Amino acid sequence: MPDSELAAPAARIPLAPRPIYEHPWAVRAAHWVNAVTVTVMTLSGLQIFNAFPSFGDKVPQEDLITAVPRAITIGGWLGGALQWHFTFMWIFMGAAVLYVVFQGVSGHYRTVLFTRHDLPRVWPMVRHYLLFGPKPPATMQYNGLQKLAYTSALTFGATSLLTGLVMYKPAQFSSLGLVFGGYHGARLVHFLAMCGLLSFIPGHLLMVALHGWDNFRSMVTGWKHRPDYPPPAA
Amino acid sequence: MTALPPRGTTRRELLKLSPTLLLGAFAVPAWRDPLLERGVTWSDRASALLFREAHPAPTFAAAELTPLERFPYNGFAPPDIDLAQWRLQVRGAVTRPGDYDLAAVRALPRQVQNTRHVCVEGWDVVGRFGGARLGDFLAAIGADADARVLTVACADGYYESLDIETARHPQSLLCYEMYDRPLDAGHGAPLRLSLPTKLGYKHAKYLTTLEVGFVRPARHGYWSDQGYSWYAGL
Repeated sequence: MPDSELAAPAARIPLAPRPIYEHPWAVRAAHWVNAVTVTVMTLSGLQIFNAFPSFGDKVPQEDLITAVPRAITIGGWLGGALQWHFTFMWIFMGAAVLYVVFQGVSGHYRTVLFTRHDLPRVWPMVRHYLLFGPKPPATMQYNGLQKLAYTSALTFGATSLLTGLVMYKPAQFSSLGLVFGGYHGARLVHFLAMCGLLSFIPGHLLMVALHGWDNFRSMVTGWKHRPDYPPPAA
Repeated sequence: MTALPPRGTTRRELLKLSPTLLLGAFAVPAWRDPLLERGVTWSDRASALLFREAHPAPTFAAAELTPLERFPYNGFAPPDIDLAQWRLQVRGAVTRPGDYDLAAVRALPRQVQNTRHVCVEGWDVVGRFGGARLGDFLAAIGADADARVLTVACADGYYESLDIETARHPQSLLCYEMYDRPLDAGHGAPLRLSLPTKLGYKHAKYLTTLEVGFVRPARHGYWSDQGYSWYAGL
């Protein structure tokens, strides 16, 4: 067959966007496991915090809050909450190891890791969302703002894991503890890391809602049927 | 037109994700408690593996001490103890069982250390503790070399047990002094445990009985019987 016969129809029919396999199984598994795990760790963590809702001295004790509402806790009491926390920390850690090893070995981390090259791409996105500026054209899977958000969330997760380790084993990991200001400092940083991770979630859910079914489905099946960005150069 | 991923891939991708549904087991009421119990047991086992017999818990300068009056009692009303009549009853797998008075404990080399006391509730204080090394006492009473567990009972009905490795840790004390003064009633006079590599609830006060054994007793700790971790290692 002459080349012209193959090339001709393609020139006439407008190109439908080709599906892109954008979320490998390990990323999707880690995402959904962590959706559950971060919820459990937060709710049980708040119940644990309830046992001493302060970052100051025990005597005299100055509580930051009188009580965390029961509706946002799990476990019922300190001991029960610790059981949830000490069970799900293994699942959280497992998902973290799976994610980091997979992303590192596959090189897929490049789609999500924020680097200095992404810096100039952040402001145009913020301007688009908050000041109704023009929408910057999508050139890759994640824009600069997304990369910043995802990399921050991952950093908060890693920080909560490390500070959690220091609080769990302040004697065995006393050297690591020095990084966070000892047991006491680690407890504060652990709490702040949770705040950071939680601050990511409303914006994330809003964006998922705005971007529709095809975008959501790709975190389940891996495939985006109608990507709004060109396929990565293979 | 909608482009579709290659045939069969969606089902395959969903199958790859299916193991994450195992997390749903925690939503089944009948499975929840056994699973959480497993989680705590697993954590305790990992904690025992992380424990290093010669690794010291951090010690602190005098300037970092929490003043004695701000060191919480965090207990119930002290029991009535006639200090003159007080004896520590030693039994179990030892060659020299019997009743030991405080002078017998004081006769052993005295060790004084500024260590962190970490409460499961989340607060911590740095205290000055003095006493005999628990390991020295175990040697003095002729504890069996193959013993695994140390169990104590207290004048107020409290009870605890701990692994022999922690009991023999060089910082584990049969403590009769805090801040260079004999223990006061609130802190456990005349004799308590001070274990810088364990959470505070393992540091039993008002000791009356000390038993060396090979298996963890059925009632293994006042708080761990209610759901706290038994190992409680720091």
